[in-house]
Amino acid sequence: MTALAHVPTSAGEPAAAPRRSRSRLLPYLLLLPGAAWLLIFFALPLLQLAAASLYDPGGSLSTGYAMTWAFDNYPAALQAYWPHFVRSFAYSAIALVLALLMGYPLAYAIAQKAGRWKNLLLVAVVAPQFTSFLVRTLAWKTILSDNGALVGLLRDVHLLGPDGRLLATPFAVVLGLTYNFLPFLVLPLYASLERLDSRLLEAASDLYASPLRAFQKVTLPLSMPGLIAGTLLFFIPATGDYINAELLGTPNEYMIGNVIDSAFLVRLDYPQGAALSFLLMAAILAIVFGYLRKAGTEEVL
Amino acid sequence: MRTMGHETPAGDLRLANLTKRFGVFTAVDDLSLTVPQGSFFALLGASGCGKTTTLRMIAGLEEPTSGQVLLGDRDIAGLRPYKRPVNTVFQSYALFPHLDIHENVAFGLRRRGIRKVTDQVERMLALVQLEGYGRRKPAQLSGGQQQRVALARALINHPQVLLLDEPLGALDLKLRRQMQIELKRIQTEVGITFVHVTHDQEEAMTMADTVAVMNAGRIEQLGAPADLYEYPATAFVANFLGQSNLLAGEAAGRTGDDLPVTAHGARFSVPADRARVDHGPVFLGVRPEKLHLAADPGEVPAGHQHVGGVVTDASYVGVSTQYLVRTAWGSELSVFAANSGVGGRLAVGTPVTAHWDPRHAFVLPREPGEDDQTAPLLDEPPVGVPS
Ligand SMILES: Nc1ncnc2c1ncn2[C@@H]1O[C@H](COP(=O)(O)OP(=O)(O)OP(=O)(O)O)[C@@H](O)[C@H]1O
Ligand SMILES: [Mg+2]
Repeated sequence: MTALAHVPTSAGEPAAAPRRSRSRLLPYLLLLPGAAWLLIFFALPLLQLAAASLYDPGGSLSTGYAMTWAFDNYPAALQAYWPHFVRSFAYSAIALVLALLMGYPLAYAIAQKAGRWKNLLLVAVVAPQFTSFLVRTLAWKTILSDNGALVGLLRDVHLLGPDGRLLATPFAVVLGLTYNFLPFLVLPLYASLERLDSRLLEAASDLYASPLRAFQKVTLPLSMPGLIAGTLLFFIPATGDYINAELLGTPNEYMIGNVIDSAFLVRLDYPQGAALSFLLMAAILAIVFGYLRKAGTEEVL
Repeated sequence: MRTMGHETPAGDLRLANLTKRFGVFTAVDDLSLTVPQGSFFALLGASGCGKTTTLRMIAGLEEPTSGQVLLGDRDIAGLRPYKRPVNTVFQSYALFPHLDIHENVAFGLRRRGIRKVTDQVERMLALVQLEGYGRRKPAQLSGGQQQRVALARALINHPQVLLLDEPLGALDLKLRRQMQIELKRIQTEVGITFVHVTHDQEEAMTMADTVAVMNAGRIEQLGAPADLYEYPATAFVANFLGQSNLLAGEAAGRTGDDLPVTAHGARFSVPADRARVDHGPVFLGVRPEKLHLAADPGEVPAGHQHVGGVVTDASYVGVSTQYLVRTAWGSELSVFAANSGVGGRLAVGTPVTAHWDPRHAFVLPREPGEDDQTAPLLDEPPVGVPS
C-alpha cells in the first residue's frame, strides 16, 4: 500500500489518498454489526437491569416501580441471600476441582496419547452437547433416582445406608455441574496440550527431570493458556447455573441462580432480582480478575 | 565447576549389537562400537542413515529393538533418560519456549537440586557468546543463537557423555570455528566423552579422535580421521569423506608385495597393503589431489602410473584448480592442482597425462557390474587433512 502510494505516477497520486482513508475506516465498518448487536442485546438490557436494581423495593409489577435510587437494595439482597452466594461458589469450586481431576488427564490423553482415536474421542466429548442441557440433566435425575440401579447397587454394597439417597443431595448438584460443564474445560485444555511439542518433554527428561518434574516444569506451564481459559469457561456459567440445583437438588441446595430465577419469575421482585444479578456479576468479575492477575494474563488477555 | 559427583563409575561408552527397527524398516542395524572415555567421537553419514536414532538410544529417548548400551560395565539400556549421566544437544534445539534463556540453561542444574546457578549460567552464556541475553525468551533469538543456547544448556551439566546432534549447523563459518575450538577445549579440559553428529567433514576431521562413517544404519568404517581419508574401506566412505576417482577393474591375486589390477585394458599395480581385497572385481582409487597432470607421458616421474586424457573442464577455486580429465574410455577423472605458482594453467581441450604414485592409490571391493565412480566436480575445495 505504502509502496504503491510512493510510485510517482501523476495518475496514481490523487487516487491514493481516498483509498487509504477508506481502508483505515474498513475495520470499524466491519465492527459495526457486532457493535450494534452488543449495544442492543447487551449494553441496553444491562443498563435497564442496573436501573431496575435501584427501583423502589416497595413497588410491584401491578402498581409499577418508581426509580428511587434505592441503593439499599444491595445490602438487603446480600443479607437475605448470602448463604446462596456462598453455596454457589462452593459448589462450582468443588465441581471445578472434580472437573480438573477428570478433565486434565482426559485432555492430555486425547491430545498426546490417543493417536488415531483422537477425533473419535473428541466427538465423544462434544457429542452430548448435541442434546439439550435440560435433557441431559433429566437423564442424571433418572440415573440417580432412589429406585434406580445405581442407588440400589450402592445400598447393596453398603456404601449408602438403607435409606441413603443420591438425588436431592449436594452431591447430585455438584455432580450435575461437573458433568454439564466438563466439555468447556476439556476443549480449551485439549487445544493447548495438542500444541505441546513432545520433544520438549524429551529434552526435559534428558535434563534430569523425572516425569513428574517434567509435567510440573514443562507441560503444566505450556498448557496454562488452555487451563485458564477452560477454568473460566467452566467456573463462570457453573456459578450462575440454576438448572442442576433445580432438577437434582432441593431448596436446600438452591444456588444464587435459583434465587434470581424466582425473584424474577415467581416472586416478581424485580429490584431484588436485578440487585442479586449485579452482585453475582461483581463477585464473578472480582474472582476472575484476581485469578487472572495471579495466573498471569499474558497468554490469555 | 563440577558440582555434583555422578553416581556411576566412569568408563567407556559401548554399543553392543544395537538395533532399532521402526516396523519393518531398520534404522540402526546391529551397531557395535566403543567410544573411549573422554574421547571425541564423530559420526558422519548421509541424511536418514540413523545417526539421530543412535544418539536417541544412547540418551534413552528411544528403546533399542535389541542390543545394549554400556557405560563402563553398566548396561544403561534399561535406565530412564533422566537417570543417565548423558545430555543431548538436540538437532531441533527443543528449547523451552516458556522459560527465558537463563532458566533454559539452568534447567538441568535445578533439576539436580543445585540452588546457586547464576554464576555458572553466566559463565556458560559467555562461553557461547550470549552474555546479556539471559532475560530473553527463545523465540526472541535467531536460529544460530538458539542453537548456542541448546549447546550451553547441555554443556553446563558436565555429563559423562555429551551427545551433539549437528550442534553447529546453523552457525556462520567464523562462529562455527570459534565454537569448535571452545568445544574441543571443554572436552579435553573436563574429560567429557563427546559423540558428535555432523555433516561438516572438516569439522569431523579436525575435532574428532575417531570418525565413524555410517550408511543405512551400519558403520561402514571407523578410525582416525587421517586413516579413513588416506585408506578408505569402501567406495561409500571413499566418496563420502572427500572425493575419489574410482576405476572399475579386476584383480587376480597379488604378486609379491604388489597387487596388479587390470582396468579398462590397462594394467596398474598397487602395494598389497593398500588393498582391501585381492581377487575379483575391485575399484582402483586415487584421491583427486593425489593425481598430477603432465603435458606428455615422457614427463611422468619414474615409478608413477598414468592414464591419458583430455582436459574437459577447469575451474579455478583459489587455493587450487579443479580439472576434469576425460579418459579414452569416457570416464571423467577429477584432479586438484594446487595453485602454487609452479606450472601454468591448462586450457580445456589440452591432451594430458594424469599420473600418481602407486603408494597413494588404494583398492576397494566392488560389486560386479558397477562402473567407474568418479567424483563430480564440486564447488568446494577438497578436505584438508594433515598427511
Ligand atoms: N519414529 C520413527 N518412526 C519411523 N521411522 C523413523 C522414526 N524415526 C526415524 N525414522 C527413520 O529412521 C531413519 C533414520 O533416522 P535418523 O533421524 O536417525 O536419521 P539421521 O541420520 O539423523 O538423519 P539426518 O542427518 O537427516 O538428521 C530415517 O529413515 C527415518 O525416516
Ligand atoms: Mg538427525
